[in-house]
Amino acid sequence: MPDKKASLTGMRRREELTAWLFISPIVLGILIFQFYPTLFSFYISFNQWNLLSPPKWIGLNNYVELFTIDRFFKNTMINTATYALATVFAGLALGLIFAVLLNQDIRGKYLYRAIYFVPVIAPTVAVALLWQVLYDPNFGVFNGLLRMVGIHGPNWLGNTTWAMRSIIFEAIWAGLGFTILIFLAGLQGISQEYYEAAEIDGANALQKFFFITMPLLSPTTFFLLVTGVIGSFQVFDIPFVMTGGGPANSTQMVVMYLYNNAFVIQKMGLAAAVAFIVFVVIIILTFLNFRISKRWVFYE
Amino acid sequence: MSEQLVSKIPSMPRSGAQNTSARMKKYTGRASTHVLLILVAVMMIFPLVWMLSVSLKTAPQQVKWPPQLIPNPFYPQNFVLLFSLSPMATYMLNSAKIAILSVIGMCLSSSLAGFAFARMRFRGRNLIFGILLATMMIPYATTVIPTFVIFRWLGWINTHAPLIVPNFFGSAYTVFLLRQAYMSIPQDLVDAAEMDGAGFFYVWWNIFVPLGMPMLTTVAVLQFLGSWNDLFGPLIYLNSQMKMTVQIGLTFLRGRAGTGVESVGIIMAGSLLGILPMLLLYSFGQKYFIRGLARAGLKG
Repeated sequence: MPDKKASLTGMRRREELTAWLFISPIVLGILIFQFYPTLFSFYISFNQWNLLSPPKWIGLNNYVELFTIDRFFKNTMINTATYALATVFAGLALGLIFAVLLNQDIRGKYLYRAIYFVPVIAPTVAVALLWQVLYDPNFGVFNGLLRMVGIHGPNWLGNTTWAMRSIIFEAIWAGLGFTILIFLAGLQGISQEYYEAAEIDGANALQKFFFITMPLLSPTTFFLLVTGVIGSFQVFDIPFVMTGGGPANSTQMVVMYLYNNAFVIQKMGLAAAVAFIVFVVIIILTFLNFRISKRWVFYE
Repeated sequence: MSEQLVSKIPSMPRSGAQNTSARMKKYTGRASTHVLLILVAVMMIFPLVWMLSVSLKTAPQQVKWPPQLIPNPFYPQNFVLLFSLSPMATYMLNSAKIAILSVIGMCLSSSLAGFAFARMRFRGRNLIFGILLATMMIPYATTVIPTFVIFRWLGWINTHAPLIVPNFFGSAYTVFLLRQAYMSIPQDLVDAAEMDGAGFFYVWWNIFVPLGMPMLTTVAVLQFLGSWNDLFGPLIYLNSQMKMTVQIGLTFLRGRAGTGVESVGIIMAGSLLGILPMLLLYSFGQKYFIRGLARAGLKG
């Protein structure tokens, strides 16, 4: 008996050690590439640092600069929030509509789904270059079509009113397939019994949508909302390639601003302050989402 | 459902009349759904068709309206110019190298950790897994500056290592996906192997890797997509042309090809080559993109 017990604990010890060996890459990865950088960002944000000379402690000056002296930061935050709100909510609404349409027993639904997903896998840079061509004021497709109905189209990306809208439109196009896919997966998880029961009670299609589909789909909607906000708040590729933040900073986004400060003009401290603000904003938004979710997300 | 039920009862002439009008309504509803779905499908695909078309046009052909979707004559010279203006082949090889090595690293580390979290007993397992999931909230914008500082300190600037090595540490998201997949593998198989005295490494490699292959393929596909489409990483780490990847190379190509109409065909030729590998991968492995992502969304 004692022998067997000893060998059992020996086995348990071996299991424990092996498990730690197996998870050591991810644990190290989290420490080196997540925890340490987050703390270091926080520390550096209180310093002036150009990478060449040692960091110089300047207290809250970077934050003070961003919120008072800096003429662009506030504008950048507003742009980013506008972009995030527009792409996330338009994406959710359109995604839900098309997912519901595709969830019916219709011919070719897998083909539609596959086609809608193509922009999701296409590299953002190549796609942004393509949309630049589509948006070209002279030989682009949009203005060509508008000319046919006698409208002189704007310079989409070179105009402070239209540049942001154009970028938002492109982003919705690029992301719609993903939203549809996730909603479809959520819809397929809803038991058919609910609909059958509702039909017996004489519910019409709209009632079924609002009283069955929407509540039972709410965890999926919540997932897309949280990941959508986190992702779109950090948008970089599309505006970087299409407008470079212009014209007149009308499409300047917060991560581009961070990039410019850190890697173009080497103001690491200021950029780290921006990074930390992004961190706080995202944590707060995620937390708020979770709080509000208690009122509208329904778990079966 | 109720309409079908009614139609099965032949001795109800009045409801039969109602039934035809209901069927008509259903039919037109279905037809208009298809019209809408096809319209959106065209919107999703048309930009890419336009890219292909433009890449085969001369400058005078670009400005023609109405446009020739199938250029007459074809002008493949854009591709020749592309290769003379930029080391496109090198870009593609670099991207492929980075993506493939990243896939290998990501699959290995995530699979081992996913296995440990799913099937091994060790102290602190749930706590560590919880922390792991929480780190998914940390925005990449927050970690990018310190990570850059680490790789600069290692002397890895202008090498591919910063784009590859972190993937050998896995990621919270992929560990999560694989853990979920591995939890559904029957315990009997593991018990049988353990009875034969197999070690954990043997069990992982011979049972979990093959049986969990669908999700592992999804992880591989997602990582390939992420590496191939990445702009931010190459932008901050690479500075010589011979080291650059397709996505960053394309942004440089724009500067070299000029700004006039004659540059459009060349830029679109480059973008097409940048998208092509992803399109090929997607057309062969579509189910891994779609199934994996759908599952990821459902359980998140």
